[in-house]
Amino acid sequence: MPTQIPHVNYLELGDTPHLVANECTACGARFFDRRNACANCFGTDFRKAAVATEGVLKAFTIVAFAAPGVPVPFVAGIVDCGGTSVRGNVINVDPTPDKVSLGMKVRLATYSLGTDDDGVEAIGFGFEPAA
Amino acid sequence: MANDDIWILGIAMTKFGKHSDKDIVDLGAEAVMAALTDAGVSMRDIGVLAAGNLMGGGGFGQMLQKQVGQTGIPVYNVTNACATGATALRTAIMAVKAGEVKFGLAVGAEKLAGAGLLGGGGSAKKDGNKWEPKGRFGSVAPTDGRIGTDTMPGTFAQVGMEYGHKYGGVSFELFARISEKNHAHSTLNPMAAYQKQFTLDEIMNDMMIAYPNTRPMCSANCDGAAAAVVCSGETLKTLSLEQQRRAIKVSASVLTTDPYQESCQVLPDVNTLTRNAAKIAYEQAGVSPSDLDLVELHDCFATAELVHYDNLMLCAEGGAVDFFNSGATWRTGSTPVNVSGGLESKGHPIAATGIANIWEICHHLRNEAGNRQIENAKVGLAHVIGLGSACGIHILERSGL
Repeated sequence: MPTQIPHVNYLELGDTPHLVANECTACGARFFDRRNACANCFGTDFRKAAVATEGVLKAFTIVAFAAPGVPVPFVAGIVDCGGTSVRGNVINVDPTPDKVSLGMKVRLATYSLGTDDDGVEAIGFGFEPAA
Repeated sequence: MANDDIWILGIAMTKFGKHSDKDIVDLGAEAVMAALTDAGVSMRDIGVLAAGNLMGGGGFGQMLQKQVGQTGIPVYNVTNACATGATALRTAIMAVKAGEVKFGLAVGAEKLAGAGLLGGGGSAKKDGNKWEPKGRFGSVAPTDGRIGTDTMPGTFAQVGMEYGHKYGGVSFELFARISEKNHAHSTLNPMAAYQKQFTLDEIMNDMMIAYPNTRPMCSANCDGAAAAVVCSGETLKTLSLEQQRRAIKVSASVLTTDPYQESCQVLPDVNTLTRNAAKIAYEQAGVSPSDLDLVELHDCFATAELVHYDNLMLCAEGGAVDFFNSGATWRTGSTPVNVSGGLESKGHPIAATGIANIWEICHHLRNEAGNRQIENAKVGLAHVIGLGSACGIHILERSGL
């Protein structure tokens, strides 16, 4: 029985947590979910590819109003991780326009989502300021 | 007029707003009957019905026929997110173009007043007592709010901010000024859900929804419907001079989807498909952006309007901020944008939007827009985006008769 489980299957835990994409062997397009064929070139052969853990915040919003059960405010963003765009929250930062800016350097960070009845801890990821 | 040209013979919209005493069929029927009257034809003449409704339970077109005339014609029930109305119109146009019918009817109707936040699930999501991977990402817990946001205001906020990252110059205040423009425009539009002018301070200090979009910078959920009757030039020639005079030429009718882009799996790309549709539309119509007397574009959020100045090539690439700051998109400017008040103030009853924005353009081209008339308007463009994504663009020209 594992003691930890990732929030999503494209988060690889271990000593150096990182994201893993399905990369098209023909054109290099990367996808976090499974694809029957590549959306870019229709190739059907994919390999696993590690995504860089450091990147640049290229878009963000500070969500103040969300679905019931979603804690607010939080910073949602898009991070350019060495050419692969990743969706994630900006964490370990005050969710205010003063503290979050376009182009800021961030790095992948993990945190606990809690432990279930079997004692398994779910681990989530976000991006924290790397300056 | 050429035989194979497509013309809008009649078009109508209901007032947008809260219609608590009407259902979607009532609203659709009101728009259809007004459009038929405007066209000077009856349901007996109509050969095809394309009926758009997104949030209802399906079968809208047939329900509508029971209220306006059951003639046995084919119905296409259309959904295509916020591009539903434009898709319905395009469906009717394709049937006329194919030569299958003389007159096509398109309608879009939606009940959305009080719908609240869209795109964020809408109901409480409970985490279980055991982590079990589910869905395409094998997620053990909901991802909305933990891995970015699913909400529409947050998604389109990022669209605007991404433009800022690429080209610079964006700020909370800039986006708020776009909203200030559209709310100011709406004060002249009696069909708008809201006709209230806001000061910049009021907009910036209103309830924050998803930075930098405050509440008045978001599209207004409301009820409404719009409908249009289309025919070919060959058919129009057989009609009265008055019908020919008021008919509006559809110089371009284009629908695109989002082609693959590197980041489209994490943030919907509303740019490439709009630019692609615009290029095709300008070529089809033989007009350039500088020929446009007015534009109704998909300002589902203030942050979205900015990027579409660029996508529709109303300005130089990367120049949307300077273009807006020049005053070009105010109704007094060189390229008036959203003189109806746009989705932020006129409102956004989803399936109606893609026909109502065409109604607005036609209204000006027919010189019937009253005190919000853009003087001597000859050519206009209407644009919608449905997330997922679909883009509809129509370029419209007055008959010149």
